[in-house]
Amino acid sequence: MSDNNIIDLKNITVEYDGEQVLKGLDLSIRDGEFVTLLGPSGCGKTTTLRIIGGFVEPDSGDVFFDGQRINGVQPYRRQVSTIFQRYALFPHLNVYENIAFGLRVKKVPEKELKVRVREAIELVGLRGFEKRHIDTLSGGQQQRVAIARSLVTRPKVLLLDEPLAALDLKLRKDMQVELKNIQKTLGITFIFVTHDQEEALSMSDTVIVMDKGVIQQIGTPQDIYNEPVNAFVADFIGESNIVDGVMLRDGLVRFAGQSIPCVDKGFEKNEPVDVVIRPEDIDVVEKGKSPLSGTVDSVTFKGVHYEAIVDVDGFKWMIQTTDLIREGEEIGILLNPDDIHVMKKSEYSGMFGDYSSFSDEMDTISQPDYDPEGESLPAEDEE
Amino acid sequence: MKMNAASKIYTALILAFLYLPIAVLIFFSFNEANSTSVFTGFSLQWYRELFADRETLKTLYNTLIIAVLSSAIATVIGTAAAVGIQSLGKWSKKLVMGVTNLPLMNPDIVTGVAMMLLFVFIMGLFGGTEILGFWTILIAHVTFNLPYVILSVNPKLRQLDPHLVEAAQDLGCPGRKAFFKVVLPNIMPGIVTGFIMAFTLSIDDFVISYFVSGPSFQTLPLRIYAMTKRRVEPSINALSTLIFVVVLVLLIIINVRQATDEKKLKKNIISAKNAGTK
Repeated sequence: MSDNNIIDLKNITVEYDGEQVLKGLDLSIRDGEFVTLLGPSGCGKTTTLRIIGGFVEPDSGDVFFDGQRINGVQPYRRQVSTIFQRYALFPHLNVYENIAFGLRVKKVPEKELKVRVREAIELVGLRGFEKRHIDTLSGGQQQRVAIARSLVTRPKVLLLDEPLAALDLKLRKDMQVELKNIQKTLGITFIFVTHDQEEALSMSDTVIVMDKGVIQQIGTPQDIYNEPVNAFVADFIGESNIVDGVMLRDGLVRFAGQSIPCVDKGFEKNEPVDVVIRPEDIDVVEKGKSPLSGTVDSVTFKGVHYEAIVDVDGFKWMIQTTDLIREGEEIGILLNPDDIHVMKKSEYSGMFGDYSSFSDEMDTISQPDYDPEGESLPAEDEE
Repeated sequence: MKMNAASKIYTALILAFLYLPIAVLIFFSFNEANSTSVFTGFSLQWYRELFADRETLKTLYNTLIIAVLSSAIATVIGTAAAVGIQSLGKWSKKLVMGVTNLPLMNPDIVTGVAMMLLFVFIMGLFGGTEILGFWTILIAHVTFNLPYVILSVNPKLRQLDPHLVEAAQDLGCPGRKAFFKVVLPNIMPGIVTGFIMAFTLSIDDFVISYFVSGPSFQTLPLRIYAMTKRRVEPSINALSTLIFVVVLVLLIIINVRQATDEKKLKKNIISAKNAGTK
C-alpha cells in the first residue's frame, strides 16, 4: 500500500444469489486521480463503487480508506460521497435545501452553512435557482444539484455512478468537460462508473476495464487504447480487427498468411497470439505494393473518413480511410510495425474483432433480452 | 358530452334515489313540529334538544375518542407496515398485499361477527369478565382501518426513488434518521389521506361496532339505532344531518387533496419539460 493511495481494495469477493459479481478484486486508487471504472452491464463496476460507498459489504476481502480498514463502517461515517445514477434528489426540498442537507445533518453553524452552500451553487453554476423546486429542473440542472449536494460536504472521494447516462448527447459532452474541470479545481479523487468507452477515455487519468467481475486492465487512456491486454479490452475500447497469429520471434509476427515486422517482444518462439490492428492505422495502397491484400466488401461514408469492410484471406477487416475506394476493388494493405499490437491468447480469443457479421451492437439488439436503456443491469442493481 | 332527454332523466332519477332520502332527512331536521310527515315551519329546536340530551352527547364524545385513537393508531401501524411491505421481495409483497386487501372485500357483518366471537372466546379464557366495550371497539376499528392506511401510503412509497435513503446516509444521516428526514416527508400526503379516511370510516361504522360493543360503551351510530327502535324522534334527523355533513366534509377534503396532488404532479412534469427544452 503506497502512501498516497486513498482507496485500496484487497481480494474483494461479492456474491448475489450464488452468482459471483466480483471475483477477488484488487484495486488501488491514488489520491487526487480521476479514475474510471469501465465495462459492460453486469461487469461489477457499480458493485465496486457501492462497496467503496459503504452500501454493499463484500463477502470477503478488505476495503481501506487512507490506509484505514473501513469494512463495516456505515456510509454516513465515510468520507466519500456518491452521485447516484438518477441523482436521488430530495423531492420535498428546494435546490438550496437539497444542497444544504448534508451540512444541516452535521449541524454546521448557519453562518458557515450559508457560505458553503453559496460556494457550491457557484461552483456548479446554479445561481438564481436556489428557491426552485427540484421537480421543475431539467436533467442537466438536477445533475448539478446532485454534484453540489455531494461536494458541499467536502468528501475526499466523489463516487459517480453513470451520472451522465440520462442526459442527451450534447449536454453529456458539456458535463464531461465540466466534471473534469471541477475535479481539477478541487483536486479530490473522482471515481466514475460508465459503460461509455469514449467518456472513459476523454475524462480519466486512469481507466480500469472490467468484465465478469474481474479487472481486465488498468492503465492510462493511451495505454488502454494502444496496448490492450486481451481481445475483450481491444474490442470494448474503440474498433479493432483481431486476427489469429503466430509470434515467429521478437519483432516478427505471422498472420493472414504473411510474416510482418512488428515492435512487440517477450513472447515464446512460435507462440500463438492475437494480433490487433486498429482500423484507422491501416494504410490503403495499390494492390501489389504490400504483401497483404484484400477485396472490398462494402464502403460506408462516415464524414471524416470512409469505413470499409475488406475481406483479407477470408477474415473481414474494418478499415477507416480517407482514400476513395470502391466495392469489389482489390486493395493492398500496408501496416507499419507500430500499427500492429500483439496480445497473448486469453479466454476472449476468437470472440471479438471479426467484422463478418458487422457490429456486435446488431448482435446485442437482436438478442431477445436486449434492454435499449441499458438500465436493468443484471445482478448489480438488484439488491 | 351532450346528453339527450332520456339520459338526462335517467341521471336525475339516479341522483334522486341517492340523495332524496338524505334531502328529506335534512329538510325535516329543521321542522318545527314533532312530525316526520308534515312540515310546519323552520326551527332549530331539534338541534337544541339534541345538544341538551346528555346521553347522546356522551356517545358523540365516545365516537370521536374512538375515531381519533383508532385512526391515529392505525396510521402509525399502517405506515410502518407499508414501509415494511415495500422492502419485501416481489412475491412476498404480492402475498402480504393480498392478505391486507382481504378485509376490504370481506362484508362488515362477517368481520363483526368474527371479531365478536374472538372477543367472547377471550372473555371465556378470563373467566367470563365482561370485556366488550371501549377496548374491543378500539381494537376492531384499528383493525378495519389498517388496510385503508396501507393502501393510501403504499403508492407514495412506490413513487419514491429507491436511492433516496442511501443518498441521505451518504450525506451523513444514520439509517433511522434518514427515514425520518427523507422518506417520511415525502410520503406524508399519503399518511394524512390515510388518517382522514380511517377517521371517516371509524365515525360512521355501525355494523362492526354493533357486534363488539357492550352495554358500558356506545358509539353514536349505535345510539341512533337504539333510538329508532323506541320512537323515531326528529332529533335523530338533526343528529344524522350533522354526521352526514361531517363525513361529507372529510370526503371532500380527501378528494381535493388527491386532485391537487395530481395537478401538482402534472404541473411539475410540464415545467420540467419546458426547462429541458431551454
